[in-house]
Amino acid sequence: MAIKNNRLTPEQYNENFTDLHPPFESRDAALTEVNRCLFCFDAPCTKVCPTSIDVPKFIRQINTGNIKGSAFTILSSNILGGGCARVCPVEKLCEGSCVLNKELEKPIQIARLQRYSTDMALEKKWNLFERKPSIGKKVAVVGAGPAGLSCAHGLSRQGIDVTIYEKESKAGGLMTYGIAAYKVTPEFCQEETDFIVSLGGIEILYNQELGKNLSLVDLQKNYDAVFLGIGVGLTRQLEIPGENLEGVVDAIRFIYRLREEGFAKTAVGGQVAVIGMGMTAIDAATQAKRLGAKEVTLVYRRTENEKPCTDVELEIAKLDGCQIIWLASPKEIIGENGKVKSLVCSKMELGVPDESGRRFPFDTGETFALEADMVIKATGQVPYADLLQNSGIELTKGKIRIDANYTSNIGNVFAGGDCVNGGKEVVDAVQAGKEGAKSILKYLGIIE
Amino acid sequence: MADLSSNFLGIKSPNPFWLASGPPTDKKYNVMRAFEAGWGGVVWKTLGSQVKNVSSRYSSLDFNGHRVMGFNNIELISDRPLESNLREIKEVIREFPDRAVVVSLMADNDKESWHKLIKQTEDTGAHGLELNFGCPHGMNERGMGSTVGQNPDIAKMIVEWVMEVATIPVITKLTPNVHSVVPTATACVEGGTNALSLINTIQSITGIDLDSFVPNPSVAGKSTYGGYCGPAVKPIALKMLASLSVNNDTNKVPISGIGGIGTWRDAVEFMLLGATNIQVCTAAMKHGFRIVEDMIDGLNNWMDEKGFKTTTDFIGKSVPFVTKWENLDLNYHIVANINQEKCIGCGLCYIACEDTSHQSINLEYGKPYNTYTIKEEDCVGCNLCKLVCPVDECITMLEKRVGPEYINWMEYQKRGLPLNDH
Repeated sequence: MAIKNNRLTPEQYNENFTDLHPPFESRDAALTEVNRCLFCFDAPCTKVCPTSIDVPKFIRQINTGNIKGSAFTILSSNILGGGCARVCPVEKLCEGSCVLNKELEKPIQIARLQRYSTDMALEKKWNLFERKPSIGKKVAVVGAGPAGLSCAHGLSRQGIDVTIYEKESKAGGLMTYGIAAYKVTPEFCQEETDFIVSLGGIEILYNQELGKNLSLVDLQKNYDAVFLGIGVGLTRQLEIPGENLEGVVDAIRFIYRLREEGFAKTAVGGQVAVIGMGMTAIDAATQAKRLGAKEVTLVYRRTENEKPCTDVELEIAKLDGCQIIWLASPKEIIGENGKVKSLVCSKMELGVPDESGRRFPFDTGETFALEADMVIKATGQVPYADLLQNSGIELTKGKIRIDANYTSNIGNVFAGGDCVNGGKEVVDAVQAGKEGAKSILKYLGIIE
Repeated sequence: MADLSSNFLGIKSPNPFWLASGPPTDKKYNVMRAFEAGWGGVVWKTLGSQVKNVSSRYSSLDFNGHRVMGFNNIELISDRPLESNLREIKEVIREFPDRAVVVSLMADNDKESWHKLIKQTEDTGAHGLELNFGCPHGMNERGMGSTVGQNPDIAKMIVEWVMEVATIPVITKLTPNVHSVVPTATACVEGGTNALSLINTIQSITGIDLDSFVPNPSVAGKSTYGGYCGPAVKPIALKMLASLSVNNDTNKVPISGIGGIGTWRDAVEFMLLGATNIQVCTAAMKHGFRIVEDMIDGLNNWMDEKGFKTTTDFIGKSVPFVTKWENLDLNYHIVANINQEKCIGCGLCYIACEDTSHQSINLEYGKPYNTYTIKEEDCVGCNLCKLVCPVDECITMLEKRVGPEYINWMEYQKRGLPLNDH
């Protein structure tokens, strides 16, 4: 067993990373689903969507053949509606609240219908939004992820000239670099970005990193306002022996490489242990399996009841053949010749609920060893606190502190998304960008 | 096992399900397939005047993903040689002696043409004749079909011509393209028809192509009014049937019910309103002849469940329940009730009542599910909420009489009770 790339044939890679939720094949297929929708009043699906997409309305618009109107309904609430249709954990949001669940029927496939309309909008390059003439105000957005793109679009529509500074060479943030490839492709992220930028008034400058070749002070000086949508960084350290052995990798970096360099070039172990049970842990585990790892085991210190990922996500991992060990906390990584050989875990038991309301796991003292040549860490990401050091921005536990108006402690610096909330869904970041844009427009006296 | 056999003016069939005059009954091939599938009888597609058909001929109305809720045609009467039709009718009767074969007729508007056509048809051994006074497209422009059915005097005259020579039962098929079917029906009964059938198709335009602006169906870029049928017309047909069943001039003769029938349930409804048997066309055109299997089976099971031995046990059973508005009980009052255990929180009842009815539903916001309750004091018992509710038996209507005794509109006025008091 060893960590190596090129484990599979191109055909196998293609099959393993094919679209998890393929689009409807035809208009008739979409209509069959559309016609199941009850067109609820004050619909629960809309109420639980962080961006409040008017779901019954956009579904009805598909029914009447007004696809352009349907796409506008979606995108005017959520400019990344196409991406969200692919990556949103809808089972705990819109589809999870669909009233049909209460009749023990399958919920409406809202995400696939949303994809139907937004795919068409992107494919046909519809000009759904019109930009007001430039009013001579400039805003800098740091980070071309969901929050930044959403904010930039909202600002530019009102005639603001927006410059986005992005540290990577592509836009999309975690959509592009941090989510399973079978959910959303880099090509789609590019298309979506192009669609957003096609509004006009938005310039994206790549390879611009705060604290390196970009300074917040300069941005504050050169722009009327600044929006920080810088996301979160790498996985937090486990702080256990053996963490620096060859073969211990960060889930974000693992997914990043897979997305950036392609499937064949991404090395994966034969026996992979993934630590954590969030969405990123699942994405890392399933993709390790799909890259050709023989065995993949997810290790989580609590039980299924406390897991942060959804049932649907867990099901994907199980169907991919990933093993799951509940109540196991990493204690030490054992190496041989500087390379990972096994992962030693403490057996845990659940105690009383902690501040998150979930029962807290404690160490029983018993341990067991799991053979592994690769350990992927996915135990939550750490904020990019170092990027903001000496910037004067106030942080709480590394996260940017904002008020109700998305304003930081510095008057013309606004922030939203993962860098504020510590890492939530894409759809939350889109909403934060939207709200951030609104606050900036108010700050600049453009809207009431 | 109930007895489904039917006797319509002495025309016997193993079940009351006939195929109506139309494309499914225009030649031996189809009719043989229909009889093999189990249909009790057919009304052979209209014979008579010389015609030439166009292409295309049909269009339809879809509703929320369901195709052919309504169907429209501009096809004329049979365009096959009369001799072929007559020969095939004879052959079919010989091969299926237990089935009913009635032939639809539409001769040119002179007595001799009718007499000749009836003679030729009777020579086939057909069991009955159906006079087509209903076709509302093409033929009507030539003074036939619905043009006859729309004029009681002409209709009566032609029935009289027919009755002069006919030796087998005569059914007159009526057009719904009138303000009331009763005058023509009455005239035809006076003229001597042995039975009535209704409805023929309703003049219609099913829709327009939003790119070419040409209504459907397009014939080289032009269209014309067609005849509408299918599930969408059933309520209209039932009403017209009822108007004949409650009328003492027309309920003397048996009626064959037609209009949007596709299931045993539809058939039972027509029979409950007085139809002795029923005829089907559009449903067969959509699904094929095999639909008759469940029509037979379903009717049998329903009759067994209700304890009906023969179809005559229930024919007309709903007629006494049809009355005029002025006879309805004004003291009867119902209010809606929402079963909270069954409610899924879709809010359809609320928005319907709030926007378009009596604002009788209370809304308590919840995240994500709202709670809806009835404001009984404001509810007029209109049924709207119950009708739009997607959950069976979630909204029920509870009886809350205003007073114990029956009181109708005439009595109400006589007593000077309050009006416009809501």
